[in-house]
Amino acid sequence: MPNKPFAITLKPGTSLSNLTGSWRSARPVYLDRLPPCNNACPAGENIQGWLFHAESGDYEQAWRVLTLDNPLPAVMGRVCYHPCETACNRAQLDQAVGINSVERFLGDEAIKRGWKFDKPAASTGKKVLVVGAGPSGLSAAYHLARMGHKVEIHEAGPLAGGMTRFGIPKYRLPREVLDAEVQRIVDLGVTLKLNTKVEHIAQSMKAGGFDAAFLAVGAHIGKRTMIPAGDAAHIVDAVSVLRSMEGEDKPMLGRRVVVYGGGNTAIDVARTVKRMGGEPIIVYRRTRDKAPAHDFEIEEALQEGVMVKWLSTIKQAGAGEITIERMELDDKGFPQPTGEFEKLEADSVVLALGQDVDLSLLEGVPGLEVKDGVVQVGPNMMTGATGIFAGGDMVPSERTVTVAVGHGKKAARHIDAWLRGTTYLPAPKHELAEFKNLNTWYYSDAHKTVRPMLDIIRRQTSFDEVQGGLDESNALFEARRCLSCGNCFECDNCYGVCPDNAVIKLGPGKRFEFKYDYCKGCGLCVEECPCGAIKMVPEDI
Amino acid sequence: MGYQTVKFYQTGTYTVGNRLLAPDERSVQAGERRSNSINSGHRACQGCGEALGARYAIDAAMAESNNQLIAVNATGCLEVFSTPYPESSWQVPWIHSLFGNAPAVATGVAAAMKVKGRSEVRVVAQGGDGGTTDIGFGCLSGMFERNDDVLYICYDNEAYMNTGVQRSSATPPTARTATTMPVGKEPGNVFGQGKNVPEIAMAHGIPYVATATVADLRDLEYKVRKAMKMRGARYIQIFVPCPLGWGAASHDTIKLARLAKETGMFPVFEAEHGEVTGVLKIRNKQPIEEYLKPQKRFAHLFGKHAHPEMVAHLQAIADRNIRKYGLLDEEKVNAQ
Repeated sequence: MPNKPFAITLKPGTSLSNLTGSWRSARPVYLDRLPPCNNACPAGENIQGWLFHAESGDYEQAWRVLTLDNPLPAVMGRVCYHPCETACNRAQLDQAVGINSVERFLGDEAIKRGWKFDKPAASTGKKVLVVGAGPSGLSAAYHLARMGHKVEIHEAGPLAGGMTRFGIPKYRLPREVLDAEVQRIVDLGVTLKLNTKVEHIAQSMKAGGFDAAFLAVGAHIGKRTMIPAGDAAHIVDAVSVLRSMEGEDKPMLGRRVVVYGGGNTAIDVARTVKRMGGEPIIVYRRTRDKAPAHDFEIEEALQEGVMVKWLSTIKQAGAGEITIERMELDDKGFPQPTGEFEKLEADSVVLALGQDVDLSLLEGVPGLEVKDGVVQVGPNMMTGATGIFAGGDMVPSERTVTVAVGHGKKAARHIDAWLRGTTYLPAPKHELAEFKNLNTWYYSDAHKTVRPMLDIIRRQTSFDEVQGGLDESNALFEARRCLSCGNCFECDNCYGVCPDNAVIKLGPGKRFEFKYDYCKGCGLCVEECPCGAIKMVPEDI
Repeated sequence: MGYQTVKFYQTGTYTVGNRLLAPDERSVQAGERRSNSINSGHRACQGCGEALGARYAIDAAMAESNNQLIAVNATGCLEVFSTPYPESSWQVPWIHSLFGNAPAVATGVAAAMKVKGRSEVRVVAQGGDGGTTDIGFGCLSGMFERNDDVLYICYDNEAYMNTGVQRSSATPPTARTATTMPVGKEPGNVFGQGKNVPEIAMAHGIPYVATATVADLRDLEYKVRKAMKMRGARYIQIFVPCPLGWGAASHDTIKLARLAKETGMFPVFEAEHGEVTGVLKIRNKQPIEEYLKPQKRFAHLFGKHAHPEMVAHLQAIADRNIRKYGLLDEEKVNAQ
């Protein structure tokens, strides 16, 4: 017998020898879920990812993460219709996080501080031609350049930007912002050739020795419609009006300007006319809730004094006067004529009925398929012609800047793979982080920061930017409203609430690990994780 | 309350930690080097509120006393699951004697330290509600009355759990236990009995009395650290849900503690020398059913043979707590 006290037979020990992990029938595992904002972003931004850095005030890192997907944050922070905010889980709690305003803040901060992109990867020796310097072309050029390819952009117009310059008015996107973001892409080593119209894509590729091409010429031809008109009637299309705003000779439209259409372009033209001292009237055949324009834009136009005739079509245009017919919606929601007419004073009529693509550069390219006026592409953004990819407004899509930027990125990845003789396979998507995965008790109550708006008089008389930006303090506040859906933000809850000390804290930025030897599988960590970054999975028993 | 709720830091101080807070503003539990006074391998049930509450409290006491701490334990779940011979989960000097004498033993340890001139060594006594409000109550009152230099922590799970869920004087009315079965006209534990030990402790006029729950870690740590800064008799009652005894899911332990506070069923407050000096306000008031329904011990109040009058009675108790302690902010009271 060893020398032990009376009635003692065992050595003293610690409970660590009791592996309580064997009690478990289900185990917690850490995972990253897909935040709804990221899921909704047409440009594929890692929004939760960049907000994480913005929350700690590291704006440069936030900007770097953001620009891994989108090289135009200052543009996007102004003109994007932010589907991310529509999808934001916080909207179910109080109001969506002002993602768009933080993006703009980061974009402006980058311009102010002169941040540059990281140097491209080692040169691949491949050459890619990008046709069109709109958002899609710029995005593709940027991504291809970062992947190490030599990129040349051929732009038919006198300046880069495409529809962001010639379609979006200054009061929504100041030109110095656009110029700064284009310049940063050029500084990356992208060659930008202005006033260089590609007449035949095959010839241009051969002449320049390009290995692949990305077409993003946009849709710049205003659609026309048949309106019986007298000789003296002045009818122009919206795209040319907006384009001529960028040149020396401003459009001559007269005082009373009728804008025909209900899309965002119609609103843009009407607001532009208002700023030039005219009296715009929008004529649209359906109702406000059926109009394709975003409601906030309609609201802003109305605030500025733009008149709208809903449920009306133009029957006839004459000198200084047009005739409109009142419409009625039928059971299916389609407008039907009523036979009631009205006359409106009109010095000119601007048609904002959508745009077509100029496809002349594609003539004679074998394999290329055009349907409904747009170029057909496969899931890899390649057209029927080998090595020729396309994106933006000229392919079937929702025509927004954000979608265009997304196309540019997607096409760049496929072009890169194609040039390397491989196929780009996107990583499988994580499961969606839904509101029910969150434990919202833990989030502080905080309402959205509203961006300042320019006062109404200046909105009616100048092209100054309408919507203001955030400053450092409220951008930080707004970033910190992010719930970090589905992605660990190191709040230490799992580490704290475990009754069995079965969570190891690995240190800042390294997250946590389970000690499965002791985890009893109670599920407290899963229940108390604010952001839904842990789930229980059954054990194989 | 006395800890800072940081505004707009995404989660403020509601979570255990917060990467955006300065390290010295973070909780003890968020620290990589917290003492883990009660270690892994203990035999508490899955999701045990008491095991969690004990680590929260003793780690905070260790941090405040610079690790110069002796813990005295009454008999109960905490003692049984942490020290099955020859194992111990405790990483602090720890002594267990009898079910009812923990306050007296702690008094003795404190006296011994005083005699030895080791005034920096602090004494904590701990037990469940059975060992505190019933069996150890005489010793506890004596410790209070003599103002002995001991912090007594009661982990309140509202019954004798490790012996098979028998009623204690902390069991709430209507709750089912092995000794208060849901039969008869008024099923479960009766109304009008039991003890409110925090108020009894206040009646002794001791320096500090507080209540806390495992759902509000920052508040709990603040109270333990504040108590450890004081000398004399101090009492903290921590609300620790018991998945086994309450018939609740093991992952709902913290949720139930939160609901006990948010319904007003368990008022969270602190008092000095017999006077209430602070309350933890209700953030988002919930009806009592939200708290009762996830627990099988209250299942007989709902369903086919429901007892809405008993639920209403429990609601009245919660409402009385809210009035008595001022648990709702003025504007929230008016909005009701």
